[in-house]
Amino acid sequence: MKTAIILFPGTNRERDMAVALERASGAKPAIVWHGETELPQGLDLIVLPGGFAHGDYLRCGAIAANASPIMPAVVNAAGRGVHVMGVCNGFQMLTEAGLLPGALMRNASLKFVCRDVHLHVAHNDSPFTRNYTPNEVIRVPVAHGDGNYFVDEQTLDALEAEARVLFRYCDDAGALTEDANPNGSQRNIAGIVNEAGNVMGMMPHPEDMVEHTFGGIGGLPLFEGLAKAA
Amino acid sequence: MGLKAIVTVTLKNGVLDPQGKAIHGALGNLGFEGVDDVRQGKIIELDLTGSNEDEARKSVEAMCEKLLANTVIENYRVELHSA
Repeated sequence: MKTAIILFPGTNRERDMAVALERASGAKPAIVWHGETELPQGLDLIVLPGGFAHGDYLRCGAIAANASPIMPAVVNAAGRGVHVMGVCNGFQMLTEAGLLPGALMRNASLKFVCRDVHLHVAHNDSPFTRNYTPNEVIRVPVAHGDGNYFVDEQTLDALEAEARVLFRYCDDAGALTEDANPNGSQRNIAGIVNEAGNVMGMMPHPEDMVEHTFGGIGGLPLFEGLAKAA
Repeated sequence: MGLKAIVTVTLKNGVLDPQGKAIHGALGNLGFEGVDDVRQGKIIELDLTGSNEDEARKSVEAMCEKLLANTVIENYRVELHSA
């Protein structure tokens, strides 16, 4: 699997992401600086990792999505069907770039949330979930201040009708409760895909649950599934 | 003689504003009464080189659409003043 991880000034999760991808696929991802205007040839996957790109100034992910020189190439690749995954700050960028609907607002609690959460995996009919079983419950960490997913009701209904909500916050038994929702996201949404199914954004960090020494391997099937899809 | 543009960005109606809520609560705690609701936004000031108001407005509105506001959740308003 040929992967590029985009590094923005203020990104800080690119190395964890590289470790997870290499563990799952055996291939070392390329790290591409945001100031480049071209991506490596023949990519299977582009990752926008977590962090605080451009200091999160203006709005989280806004300057990266709209003004970083590499972004037109990312948008172009997404349009050609290359898999694109945005995690945390990367999810914020994908919404700001218009590749995914909605916006990530300040957490309803106004607090930065840094803890493990449980996610309900809706189905495995996606390259991002193919190595999970439908309705599986996984445990992964979140670490964000702006993860409160917001979109208009009509789009929410469409996302659900088209099975584009892949991950939702749930309790350890898989129930979609308000207590299990760390940030106030509408309908407990933690991760979605675009209409074509090749662009996925999620707030939690699957890359930080890929070794038993980290406390679990709930994130590993996501990367293994992508490697299999490549 | 340039122009100064003042861009006011606010959350759309119906978009939850937890910061506004927190400010509202704090005002109540301080004993200030008579506040029905609080919404927090931001102001961005731009010093422009040109002096043509129509061109300036068009240009600043393009900046708002592209970067300064996220029109999924925010409204913006542009005011121009002689600098």
